[in-house]
Amino acid sequence: MDKIGGIWVYLTASPLLWLMLTLVVYLAGQWLFRRSGGRALFNPVALAIALLAALLLLTGTPYSTYFAGAQFIHFLLGPATVALAIPLYQHRNRVRQLLLPISVGLLAGSITAILSAIGLAWLLGGSSRTLLSLAPKSVTTPVAMGIAEKIGGLPSLTAVMVILTGVVGAVAAPALLGWLRIRDEAVQGLAIGVAAHGIGTARALQISSIAGAFAGLAIGLNALLTALLAPLIVQWLHLTPNGLP
Amino acid sequence: MIGALTVLLAFQLVGEILVQMSGLPAPGPVIGMVLLLLTLYWRGALPDALRTVAETLLSHLSLLFIPAGVGIIQHGARLAEEWLAIIVALALSTLITVAVTALAMQAVIRRQPGSQRDG
Repeated sequence: MDKIGGIWVYLTASPLLWLMLTLVVYLAGQWLFRRSGGRALFNPVALAIALLAALLLLTGTPYSTYFAGAQFIHFLLGPATVALAIPLYQHRNRVRQLLLPISVGLLAGSITAILSAIGLAWLLGGSSRTLLSLAPKSVTTPVAMGIAEKIGGLPSLTAVMVILTGVVGAVAAPALLGWLRIRDEAVQGLAIGVAAHGIGTARALQISSIAGAFAGLAIGLNALLTALLAPLIVQWLHLTPNGLP
Repeated sequence: MIGALTVLLAFQLVGEILVQMSGLPAPGPVIGMVLLLLTLYWRGALPDALRTVAETLLSHLSLLFIPAGVGIIQHGARLAEEWLAIIVALALSTLITVAVTALAMQAVIRRQPGSQRDG
């Protein structure tokens, strides 16, 4: 019994266990997602995060120990972002054709994302730190964390908000777009990408390769635009970590 | 496959270096994406290996967000206190953003001269 306990202690502190568990839980989520006929309720990311978080809390494992293993997956966000150039290249003609609609949609969406997040959280009594951490929530994780740091939010809290935003977008956006009678897959993709970054893009790629390409385009452009706009909007609202004046 | 992965990492690296040198507000990987897109334009061809690796990586994009998401366990106290404001603001704001983006883009497409819908 002591020996098993010893092995467990060794494993929970080693990167290998948490790296493998992240993959196992993701694969299980994918399996369940397919088995359920792609039902949005079983969003694989949400499910995996909930399971892993529960496991860490139950075993009393600190996040830093978990991340020592999971960082190898986290790292791939960089090259995956670069890889978004490929669907964009493949659909370059459609993108060129829609340059003006893309610019207008992007600008409107980016401003809406920042202002509505701050405004709604403020109405509901959120603290200034929370407001500032929420502002870049529609941008892909590494960029959002950088923006949060710059405007006085908490980067690690922002990372969580970003993921939750992505899950909400992936789950609800297709139905909302259907309800709004948006049938153009390019428009669907761009809207999902602007609002729900990479997790939304993963969903958009399931709609079609065109939707995926436009979602990917939106990730990159919205990252640039929010990095420019968020600090200006926060300044304009006189929002600081210690509160509104 | 390793060659294609190296290409992606190389473009990310160049992106990071450019950001460090110029103080651009954009993140390195996004600059890397723009540079790779320009390179593909300039070459006018997409190598098969690069396409395969990119498609594999992108089809599992959601996996890559799990490690950061598990960080939720570090914010138990704040979430317990402000969960309503956070969840409602986040969900509503996301839906409003989807709607505004889609409707704005759609409106401009309809107004574009000679834009007979082809999708």
